[in-house]
Amino acid sequence: MASTRFIPDTGLTVRMTTVMFLLGALFVGLVVAVMFVVSGSGATWWPLIGVAGIGVAVYQWWNSDKVAMRAMRAREVTPEEAPELHGMIDRLCALADMPKPRVGIADLDLPNAFATGRSPERAVVCVTTGIMGKLTPEELEAVLAHELSHVAHRDVLVMTVASSAGIVAGMLTRGAQFGALTRDRNSNNGIAFLVVLAVSLVVYAVSFFLTRLLSRYRELSADRAGAYLTMKPAALASALQKITGEIAAIPQGDLRASKAMNAFFIAPAISGATLKTLTSTHPSLEQRLEQLARIQAELGRPES
Amino acid sequence: MGFWKSVSGRSEPAPARLDSLFEVPSAAVILQTETGFVPAGTGSVCYRGAAGAAFAQTQQDVLDLLEASSSAPEVAVSRDSFGFTWVSVSGDPADPSGLCTDLHAVNTTLEAAGFGPGLLCTLVPFQDQAGRRLGLVYLYKQGTYYAFAPTGPQQRDNLLELQVRDVLAQELPMEQDLQRWLAVWDAPGL
Repeated sequence: MASTRFIPDTGLTVRMTTVMFLLGALFVGLVVAVMFVVSGSGATWWPLIGVAGIGVAVYQWWNSDKVAMRAMRAREVTPEEAPELHGMIDRLCALADMPKPRVGIADLDLPNAFATGRSPERAVVCVTTGIMGKLTPEELEAVLAHELSHVAHRDVLVMTVASSAGIVAGMLTRGAQFGALTRDRNSNNGIAFLVVLAVSLVVYAVSFFLTRLLSRYRELSADRAGAYLTMKPAALASALQKITGEIAAIPQGDLRASKAMNAFFIAPAISGATLKTLTSTHPSLEQRLEQLARIQAELGRPES
Repeated sequence: MGFWKSVSGRSEPAPARLDSLFEVPSAAVILQTETGFVPAGTGSVCYRGAAGAAFAQTQQDVLDLLEASSSAPEVAVSRDSFGFTWVSVSGDPADPSGLCTDLHAVNTTLEAAGFGPGLLCTLVPFQDQAGRRLGLVYLYKQGTYYAFAPTGPQQRDNLLELQVRDVLAQELPMEQDLQRWLAVWDAPGL
């Protein structure tokens, strides 16, 4: 007797865990390298730059709901203002047994949605007016289920932790550049600055690709969880087709304003041409549709 | 869901808790003595129908099972504006336990076919002498109950709902989080 039609994707879990482990190892490697160089030279203030970087990351994560809402010029709406949106989210949260997030609407024609917040209790799910106009209620529900899965998976926390190695490396790069330019009288110190510069540049580059890879895996897991929640993979598939089609059709120049928010969107607003597959925050539409088709087959499989 | 399971993106569909449904008949007695509400003789199960042939087959099995059951209740299937399916069963108002058995049959059939995670709630309507309506709603995922008392289009009697919560607090696990008290306006039987 099958009690559930949910099939865990072990391959995806293994790949995602490997990337998270590599990012952790990268961070430890960076700290060890900097400590090693610091002990050789006299500049003991370097670790402070790293701590400041962590502080920035923690601050961003802690205030992610407010920052993102402000960046998207979104406002929170009450159940009276948007009864249908709230009704959908109420039902999805009851179905998924999770706390209900706050709901926001951004006055944008760009069809998109995002979820953010430091924990499921403090999360906010936001949709643009564009997406509400373009999608049918069924497709909108699928998109909301995808965003709620991001909340349940604590993706803001995961991506902040994952990007902290990159943030620290970026700040160290700045610090080392500054030090190498101004304090090269002591040759021992000068070499130390160059070593830190090289190490942090490498760490920054590697972590850039790894966080993008992780982001793509997180999107695939959110697609999976969302499709199993609504039990209608086809609705999410058609929503994705509509959204990505619309976004590609809109001229790129108008979209630059929302670039910083891309990692939190359901589909990215910018379509890059070079290195696209390696650096994009979202998996390709084909990959996502393929996965949804597999879930559809599993849900529709006759009982044996 | 554990912290590690959620950060590694392995959330699974929440399973439904089915057995608490059998506590409704004794709660109905308490409700009648304390507030004067009696069972309306109907009940309905609300679930999300999955796409595909397997689910259509399972739903047909549910309907066949209900028709073949000893109480032979009247069965109706409807869909609400949020895309959820309601199977409503009408039986003898004097026999709430028979009704619960029928509703439970719907749950177990869906669960056996692997569609348990799609169950949202069960609604057992009550009414009193003055014609007021009250639905006792069971949330499958939380395993808790709450009362839903519509008084008009998009209006509900919160005082009555809170009163029912206090009356039944000893008998049933009542939902403490008021945000979870879903408004099911277009539910059949209310």
